[in-house]
Amino acid sequence: MSDLVAALDPERVQVGDVARRLYSRDASVLRGGRAGVICFPVTTAEVSACVVAAVAHGRDFVVRGAGTGLAGGAVPCDEPVMIVLTRMDRILEVDESRRLAWVEPGVVNLDLSRHLGGTGLHFAPDPSSQQSCTIGGNVANNSGGPHCLLYGVTSAHVLAVEVVLPDGEVVVLGNEEGDSVGYDLRGAFVGGEGTLGIATRICVRLTEDPPEVATLLLDFMSVGAAAETVSAIIAAGMIPAALEMMDQRVVEAVEPFVNAGYPTDAAAVLIVELDGQPAGVADEIMRIGELASTHGARSVRVAADEGERERIWKGRKSAFGAIAVIKPDYYLNDTVIPRTKLAEVVERIYEIVEEQDLIVMNVFHAGDGNLHPLLLFDAREEGVMERVLAAGEEIVRVSVAAGGVLSGEHGIGLEKKRFMSLQFSPADLEVQSRLRAAFDPDGRANPAKVLPSGASCGHVTSLGRLPEGTWV
Amino acid sequence: MTVGDGRMEAFRSEVGDSGAVCVRGGATRWGVGGGSAGAREVSAPVGIMALEPAEMTVMVGAGTTLTELAGELAVHGLEVGMDGPQGSTVGGALAVGRSALRRRRVGQIADVLLQADCVGADGVAFTAGGPTVKNVTGYDLCRLLVGSLGTLALVGRVILRTRPVPVCSVWLAGEVEPDLVLEATYRPASVLWDGARTSVLLEGHGADVDQMVETLARLGLAAAEPPVLAPGRGRWSGLLPDGGVLEVGAGVVHQPDDSGPPIVSEGVLNLAARMRASFDPSGRLNPGRDPYSRAA
Repeated sequence: MSDLVAALDPERVQVGDVARRLYSRDASVLRGGRAGVICFPVTTAEVSACVVAAVAHGRDFVVRGAGTGLAGGAVPCDEPVMIVLTRMDRILEVDESRRLAWVEPGVVNLDLSRHLGGTGLHFAPDPSSQQSCTIGGNVANNSGGPHCLLYGVTSAHVLAVEVVLPDGEVVVLGNEEGDSVGYDLRGAFVGGEGTLGIATRICVRLTEDPPEVATLLLDFMSVGAAAETVSAIIAAGMIPAALEMMDQRVVEAVEPFVNAGYPTDAAAVLIVELDGQPAGVADEIMRIGELASTHGARSVRVAADEGERERIWKGRKSAFGAIAVIKPDYYLNDTVIPRTKLAEVVERIYEIVEEQDLIVMNVFHAGDGNLHPLLLFDAREEGVMERVLAAGEEIVRVSVAAGGVLSGEHGIGLEKKRFMSLQFSPADLEVQSRLRAAFDPDGRANPAKVLPSGASCGHVTSLGRLPEGTWV
Repeated sequence: MTVGDGRMEAFRSEVGDSGAVCVRGGATRWGVGGGSAGAREVSAPVGIMALEPAEMTVMVGAGTTLTELAGELAVHGLEVGMDGPQGSTVGGALAVGRSALRRRRVGQIADVLLQADCVGADGVAFTAGGPTVKNVTGYDLCRLLVGSLGTLALVGRVILRTRPVPVCSVWLAGEVEPDLVLEATYRPASVLWDGARTSVLLEGHGADVDQMVETLARLGLAAAEPPVLAPGRGRWSGLLPDGGVLEVGAGVVHQPDDSGPPIVSEGVLNLAARMRASFDPSGRLNPGRDPYSRAA
C-alpha cells in the first residue's frame, strides 16, 4: 500500500469498502469477487510501478477498463491489486494519411470514432457496449461487433501495443506498418484477457468510411428460413458489412421503443448492411433481394434514407435495454457455430430453454455464426440461477458438438474456463499455457482466468447464489 | 481437437520427439531466417481435405501448393488472402508470414489462419484456434505461429478463411504521387511506388472499377502490366534503395537484396526467447532459423 501511494498520487490509490465493492464485479452474472487495493495510474511508468509493487508484495494484479466484460475477466480473486485504466483516456495521435491512431487504453470505443468525425475514417470494431467499453478492454477481449463480419475483430485493427509485462518491463509489440517482425507477439497478446500484461498505449488501424451504405430489413415466417438465407448469401460469394438476426421476442420487445417498423408478427428478421462503392452495393441489394425471396422472405425493405437506417439499427442496438420490461436480470451467452448449422442449433436452444422453464431472446451476428442467446430471469426467484446456468451449459455443449467454439467475442474469463476442455484436448491446453508462461512465468497477471488449470476462484459465484459471509 | 486423419498421424510420427527436425515445403524462400542447418527434413500432408463455400473455410494439408489450392478455390469463385513465389506451399507461406501484395483488400496473412493442427517439440499433436470464422476461445496461438518459421511447432494441416474473388481487377500505373492515387480511389488492393511511378491494383464491381479508372486517367494513370518485384525485402525508412519498390501502407520495400536484421528492442527479444524456450526447450525445431534475422 505505501509503495503504491508513493508511486501514485495518494488520492489515486483507494482501499475503502465502497470502492472495493464497486470493483469486485463486472457486467457478467458473476458475484463474490474480492478486490484488494485499487489504483488509478495515469502513465505507463505508474502502471509499471503498480505491477512491480504488487509482485514485490506477493500479490496478483488484475487490470480493468470500463468493466463491461460479460465473462468475468475483470472479476478479482483473492484481493489482487486492481489496476484501473479509465483515467488513461487520451487520444495521443491521429495520422490520417497513414490511417492509424495511438490511443491510451481508457479511451471509450465510440469516443474514438466520434473524434474522427469529418476525417472520413473510423475505428471498425463496434461491440454493442461501444458507448461505454474501452479500447484497452477491446484489446484484452479481442472484441467484435456487427461490422466485424466484413472488417474482422479487434486483432485485425491493432497494429502495435505498448505493454507493461508482468515483471514491470515495458515493451512495444508490433509496429505501425502491420506485418510482424519476428514472432507476432502483438497477435498473441491481443485477446489475452489481462493475463499476459497490461496495454498502456495502443496503435489502431483506422478504416475508410465507405462511400455507399445500404441497410436492408428482411422478414421471415420461420427462423429456419432466415438462417437458410444467411447461408445462401455467404455461399453466393457476398460478405455483407453486417448480417444480424433478431427473433420474434426481440422484435416485439424493441418495436414499441424505436418504432422502426419491424414486423412484430415475423418469426425472425435479418438486418443486412452492405457497404462499398455504388455499383457493387446496388448489385448486391438486387442479388440479396432475389435470394431472400427464393428462401421465403415475406418482405425485403431497403432503408430509404439515413433516418430509416438509424431506426433499423437502433432497434438492434437497444435490444438489451428493452428486455428490462420483461424480466429484471439477464444472462447473455456467446458461442459460435458453423453458419450452416444455425437453424438446427437455434431450434435446439429454444428447446433447452423451455426444458428449464426460462425465457430466451435471440439477437445475434448471424453472418459469422456468432450466437447470443439472452436468457431472461428474475434473480429473486428461488432456484432460478441453477436453471439459468444449466441452460447456459447445455447451449455451450450443443454449440461445440455442432462444430463450434466457446466464444466469438466475449472471451473465456471465469465464466467459461471450466468448459475449455469441451473444445480443447489436454495437449491443446498445455500449449496455450506455454504461451502464457512466456509472458508471465510467475503467474501474477489475472491468474485465475482463461485456462482451467492453475489458480481457482472458489469465492466467486453466480448472481443469486451468494455463499455465507460474502461481503458483496 | 481430434487428429483423426491418418496423414496427420503419419506426420506426427515422422516428426517424432527427438532430434533436430524441420518441415520442407516448396523451399522457395528456404533461406529466410537462416537455413535448415542439417535438421532432418519431413513433409507436411498434401491435399484439400474439406472445402465449405457456405462457411467460407477450407481445410488443407500444409504441404499443398498455393497454386493447387487457388485452382480448386477458383472453381467456387473463392480465394485465400495469401501469395508467394511459384511453388510455395500453404505451410511455407504461413511460416514466412508475409502478407499478400493485395493486403489492402484481402487483409493481413495472420487473419487468414483459423485453425492449425500441429506437432509440438515434444512430438505431441495439438490444435491451435478453431474451425469457425470468428473465435476468441483461449489464447491466439494461430497468430503466434504465422511468421514463426517453424520454430514453435510444425504445422501439418490448417483451416483457412476464404473470400470471394473480385469480379473485376485491373492494374494501372503512371508518374504520380501515391497519396493522390489513394485520395482518388476507395480501398485499392495494392499501391506501389518506385520513387517516381505509382502502380495501383483496383478491384471490385466492373462499373465501380471503370469509374475509378476514369478518375485516375485524369491524373495520368493508364492500364499496365502487373509490376515485377525484386525478391528481397526491407522496411521503409524514408528513403527508397536503388531498384526498390514501396508497398504503400505496408511499410515494406521490395528490393534486390534483403536489408540487415530489423531493429527490435532487447525486451522484445527476451520475450521472444522465452517464447521459443517455452515451446521448444531442447531447441529441436528448425534450430538453424531465427525469425528475427531476415537474412535470405
